[in-house]
Amino acid sequence: MEKFITLTDTAVPLEIENIDTDQIIPARFLKATDKAGFGENLFKDWRFDHEGNEKEDFPLNQERYHGQLLVAGDNFGCGSSREHAAWAIKAYGFKVVVSSYFADIFKGNSLNNGLLPVQVSPEFLSELFKAIEENPQTQIKVDLENQSIKLIDKNLEEKFDIDAYKKMCLLKGFDDIDFLVSKLDQIKAFEKATNRIN
Amino acid sequence: MKKTLFDKIWDAHVVESIPNGPDILYIDKHLIHEVTSPQAFQELKDRNIPVFRPDKTVATADHNTPTENQHLPVKDLLSRKQLKELTQNCEENNITLYGLGHPYNGIVHVMAPELGITQPGMTMVCGDSHTSTHGAFGTIAFGIGTSQVAQVFASQSVLVQKPKKLRVNVNGKLKNGVTPKDVILYIISELGTNSGTGYFCEYAGNVFEEMSMEGRMTVCNMSIEMGARGGLIAPDQTTYDYVEGREFAPKGEAFEKLKTYWESLKTDEGATFDQEYSFDAEAIEPMVTYGTNPGMGIKISQAIPENESKSSGKALAYMGFTAGESLIDKPINYIFIGSCTNSRIEDFRIAANYIKGKQKAKNVNALIVPGSRQVAAQIEAEGLHTIFEEAGFQLRQPGCSACLAMNDDKIPAGEYCVSTSNRNFEGRQGQGSRTILASPLTAAATAIAGKIVDYTQNLN
Ligand code: SF4
Repeated sequence: MEKFITLTDTAVPLEIENIDTDQIIPARFLKATDKAGFGENLFKDWRFDHEGNEKEDFPLNQERYHGQLLVAGDNFGCGSSREHAAWAIKAYGFKVVVSSYFADIFKGNSLNNGLLPVQVSPEFLSELFKAIEENPQTQIKVDLENQSIKLIDKNLEEKFDIDAYKKMCLLKGFDDIDFLVSKLDQIKAFEKATNRIN
Repeated sequence: MKKTLFDKIWDAHVVESIPNGPDILYIDKHLIHEVTSPQAFQELKDRNIPVFRPDKTVATADHNTPTENQHLPVKDLLSRKQLKELTQNCEENNITLYGLGHPYNGIVHVMAPELGITQPGMTMVCGDSHTSTHGAFGTIAFGIGTSQVAQVFASQSVLVQKPKKLRVNVNGKLKNGVTPKDVILYIISELGTNSGTGYFCEYAGNVFEEMSMEGRMTVCNMSIEMGARGGLIAPDQTTYDYVEGREFAPKGEAFEKLKTYWESLKTDEGATFDQEYSFDAEAIEPMVTYGTNPGMGIKISQAIPENESKSSGKALAYMGFTAGESLIDKPINYIFIGSCTNSRIEDFRIAANYIKGKQKAKNVNALIVPGSRQVAAQIEAEGLHTIFEEAGFQLRQPGCSACLAMNDDKIPAGEYCVSTSNRNFEGRQGQGSRTILASPLTAAATAIAGKIVDYTQNLN
């Protein structure tokens, strides 16, 4: 897995609450059997109309917004467990998603793909939206080691929480499969002790 | 220490707790399907790791399958390829597959309980968020992402932080005509779609105790729609009676021995929850949703509430509704009875009982999709298919179908569908489609009237 240490960049704002995984990547794109190519279908039905024309009012289509941070409304990533949602966001070019709340499965899926979900307070989130609205070139710094996110110009900073184990994985580019495989002996012992294998 | 039902099962499955980190949780049963497994198999192949316990995984094909002519080769090439890969992956890794056409085939959350694969006290996972369904048996069951599917393949375990505990109590007497679907839609409308995030939810109270297993599955199924990772209900005699005698359930002495253990799976008196809510059964009425998330629900007799938020305005604009209006008498051209929430035999009995001797309204396209081949067989055995056909409903072959519209069963843009599924997200049932979530009874009544009606007015 790709490492994540710090990132300083501009952000794309998506001031919508409860963005579900069906919007992030609609079900009709889930027929693929590999992980490639989901980026172009990210937010497909919000980005394009029925004829395939870009919808001008959608932030991802607006030139003034760009960057590797996606700043979204409360309860981001609710709905289905499809990891395709995290793959699509990552493949599109985002490395961090900021929201005041993330759905559990989405959060886990992101972390397993080197996409960092940063959960901030509702107040900080509205500061972010305000700052980006005022100046789309606003630089935001995310520092995983210090668990902090900062609006550089305004010198506004907030700490965020992350599971210590997951933090270590991201900093080192280490993943869960490696870890679990290293624990197989213990898992076998557990199976034996609890009569789970004959 | 006093423990909750959830603690008892969880703690019995912890291989190791990582200091300041997640638990290694052992998984008793892993269910897989065609959509979320191929990349996990690939991951294993790339790393040259074998499937560790193939006998603890069961596969089905459900999401991406046609509901007509299942005996013919699948027309959509991408779907066909995905199904073929599932078959190959299962063969190469010695995993049992109940593929398209197999008598045990069906929606993963319908087929596993009916085969007795789901049992109390287990841990179960599947690359599908509605895995919460299996919690109805007093089972810790939750959805996982594809990376975690690969973890389970590699180690029969997942790395997860132990969730917090939530209890939802519903006590009292349900009004006539109020179904389990209404109970869960009511709870979600009261609590909101993220009230359960970070929690596992136990449902308690006489309403759930008196509910059938199928009703309990409907309730637990939608736990994820309030953000909870899963829901569970303590096993009792209803549970044992349901499990006993099923294909893969333990038999004879083994069953009795397990039953003694299952009887201990109750929340201890005085055990604490991180959060608790209580509701009166009398307050619940048939429910419908009016927006684009399952929390946007109202009693059928109520009007759409005023809500100033941007998101709510966006949802109403998408649905073509305005605050203050009632949904009663809204003309509806599509109804769908199916999905892992409501596609078991009781759901079809309720619908058939209402429909019997009536005709669907001319404007309505009514789609009935059983959850599994076994349910389909039972529909025939009980003669329900004749009732549906005579009333003008289309009875299809099993699968997820219009619940997520990966196959051809789609609702056209702009059209409303009263659906017994679990998600009313924008475009969930096809691009531009507008979903109104409801119970099978409400869907049946809508199909007959051609518009939304409050059927309780005609009940005595
Ligand atoms: S029926 Fe719908 S919700 Fe259930 S597993 Fe299939 S797609 Fe998911």
